[in-house]
Amino acid sequence: MGDSREQDSAAAAARNSAELTRRGFLSHGVVALAGTSAVAAALAPLADLNRDDIPTIAEFLQKHYKEMTAEDKQRVFARIAKAVESRYQVKTKLADPPPLDGVEFVYGLNLSRCIGCRKCVHACVEENNQSRAPEIQYIRVLEMQKGSIDVETSDHHYDPPLVPDSAKYYMPVQCHQCADPPCVKVCPVEATWQEPDGITVIDYDWCIGCRYCEAACPYWARRFNFAEPQIAPDQINPDIAYLSNRPRAKGVMEKCTYCLHRTRVGRMPACLEVCPTGSRKFGNVLDPESEVAYILRHKRVYVFKEDVGTIPRFFYYFDERGSRYSEPIAPADTGGSG
Amino acid sequence: MKKYAAFLWDCFRLSFVGDWRYHLWMTILTLVSLAGLNAYCHQLVHGLVATGMTDQVSWGLYIANFTYLVGLAAAAAMLVIPVYVYRNMHLHDVVIFGELLAVAVIVMCLLFVMVDLGRPDRFMHLLWRFNFPISMLTWDVIALNGYLLLNLHICGYLIYCAYCGRRPSPVFYVPFVFIAIVWAISIHTVTAFLYVGLGGRPFWNSAIIAPRFLASAFAAGPAFIILTLQIVRRFTRHRVADDALLALRRIVQVAMIINIFLLICEVFTEFYTDSAHVASAEYLYFGLRGRHGLVPWIWTAIGMNLVATLLLVLPASRGLRVLNLACILAIAAIWIEKGMGLIVPAFVPTPLGEIVEYHPTVHEIVVGAGIWAFGLLLYTIFVRVSVPVLAGELTYDKRVGESVPMGLAKE
Repeated sequence: MGDSREQDSAAAAARNSAELTRRGFLSHGVVALAGTSAVAAALAPLADLNRDDIPTIAEFLQKHYKEMTAEDKQRVFARIAKAVESRYQVKTKLADPPPLDGVEFVYGLNLSRCIGCRKCVHACVEENNQSRAPEIQYIRVLEMQKGSIDVETSDHHYDPPLVPDSAKYYMPVQCHQCADPPCVKVCPVEATWQEPDGITVIDYDWCIGCRYCEAACPYWARRFNFAEPQIAPDQINPDIAYLSNRPRAKGVMEKCTYCLHRTRVGRMPACLEVCPTGSRKFGNVLDPESEVAYILRHKRVYVFKEDVGTIPRFFYYFDERGSRYSEPIAPADTGGSG
Repeated sequence: MKKYAAFLWDCFRLSFVGDWRYHLWMTILTLVSLAGLNAYCHQLVHGLVATGMTDQVSWGLYIANFTYLVGLAAAAAMLVIPVYVYRNMHLHDVVIFGELLAVAVIVMCLLFVMVDLGRPDRFMHLLWRFNFPISMLTWDVIALNGYLLLNLHICGYLIYCAYCGRRPSPVFYVPFVFIAIVWAISIHTVTAFLYVGLGGRPFWNSAIIAPRFLASAFAAGPAFIILTLQIVRRFTRHRVADDALLALRRIVQVAMIINIFLLICEVFTEFYTDSAHVASAEYLYFGLRGRHGLVPWIWTAIGMNLVATLLLVLPASRGLRVLNLACILAIAAIWIEKGMGLIVPAFVPTPLGEIVEYHPTVHEIVVGAGIWAFGLLLYTIFVRVSVPVLAGELTYDKRVGESVPMGLAKE
């Protein structure tokens, strides 16, 4: 009795399992098919991926700027120049001017003179091949309330028909090229560093786009390419350098480099050249004869956010002429009480 | 080796076996994960412009979730410490669920960081030039991956031993358990230091952030585990004693009180001093210059935090209904507090005083939901597989001759 029952159940189990396998095979097939097509559907947007966005093997294996040998650089620079030429139909050569010995660049901006015309902002965009859509700007001009130097009360988007508004003064802010740069400290892959001439640069081909440097910067000087940068071919500046104004890709950081492709070969930054009021002064602080060295010795200088301790190489200064303290006044009588 | 391959294969097969509720749950999670993958592919093609992030608010939902989840992962330590340090055996049987949670959650953390990268194709650059020890992000990479490996080892070893039907040798896992305890504290501390070390962001530049992180993590994490254990108990044959849940309640209770205390310390310092540094906090709690984006969120969080704490200190929360309600409130409150409350306000106003508010896009939310679904999927599989194996229902010996693994225990 017990035996036969066991046999029955064993046979039933065998039947069941055979049925299960058949059914299982079918249902597994359906599930696998549905799964594969769901994954394919999920991946479908990749079909729109731009060919140029997929790194080639050469791009993938490209070394960090500081690790490249002279031959590596030659090869990489030629490849980049070619890519720029084919994309923008311009003749170009990728330069890599080295920092000059005995040079430390410093920038001074005259707050008494700046009229807030924003010519520097746009000259910078044109010079440095920033994306035009969406437009990336390295310089932000703040319209400040007279009587306060607090940026919290400034207007970033002032738009009067004429400048300057006599009730306001203007304070352009750009990368301060700090001597103790927090952006360099935080970068996990050393894609950004300080050059011997004091300019903090980015290897756009090494940046992973984590935006930690953007969070770290106290001057809001860094910009991220959230979208593919768009520049019309006739707006490209073909005078490009690896560490400064060559066209960038989507997903990497960029920032002001004091126009190192110009300044390292004896020219002035584009923002300075375009300034109609002469508010901008740039030069080698190690040269005692330079304008910036003179200003630092003789003028009233204001270092923005000096308290964060990043030791900027960018400073603001004021003209004494026109100041209400320009006339000598008698010192207050201290009365001999102390 | 062959045995290990058999183990992996059985685990893989077992993860497909279950009743209709299990299949429904897994299908939903898979679909949401795939939706997330789809949204991420879109982001890959178009760039991070698909998100609501800007140069002004350059970190958003992704980093906020990352921060929250690091805390959740660290909370596994809160199960381990009572058992291995204080020999409180109430929690012994549930320790493994905490560690499995840590594994799933760390995977989610890594995914949230990956999707936040502008150039994920250059991920390898981390290996070629690693700015250690200067960049706190490199510390976090080591901390998170180390924690992942530690927990993978501990769980994997214990489960594999059960599969082989032998007693785990303490030499191979107890030292790692102790390392993992210290490591758990470190992952959250290091993650806090990511933010704390930035002098240009006064909202973050406060020593209290790391302790606050730990307190809120040790509230939200065990709260999450309290809920998970009840689900495990309901749907599997694994026994979870009420004592274990009540031991966890104690932890959540204390952590919540400390969390609120630290919050008060922070709010007092900011607002009583009322220096220029208060701008971000003002934006968060009261709105700044007519912008109030985060105000409803943070007050909801504070309200939920207070109610949860009140419930937890009352004896009523010894009953599971009240306890669960308190846990859900605590989890949601801390999620808001860490995300909307900690990451975003540091960017508002910008260092130049501009106010740009952050609104996550649909794409961004779907990517985030996808990662959450994927994490839950992983965790469900882990629990699904580990319960019968640890109970000795599926071993290598039983495997011989019996190829169909048992179904879900409740069937």
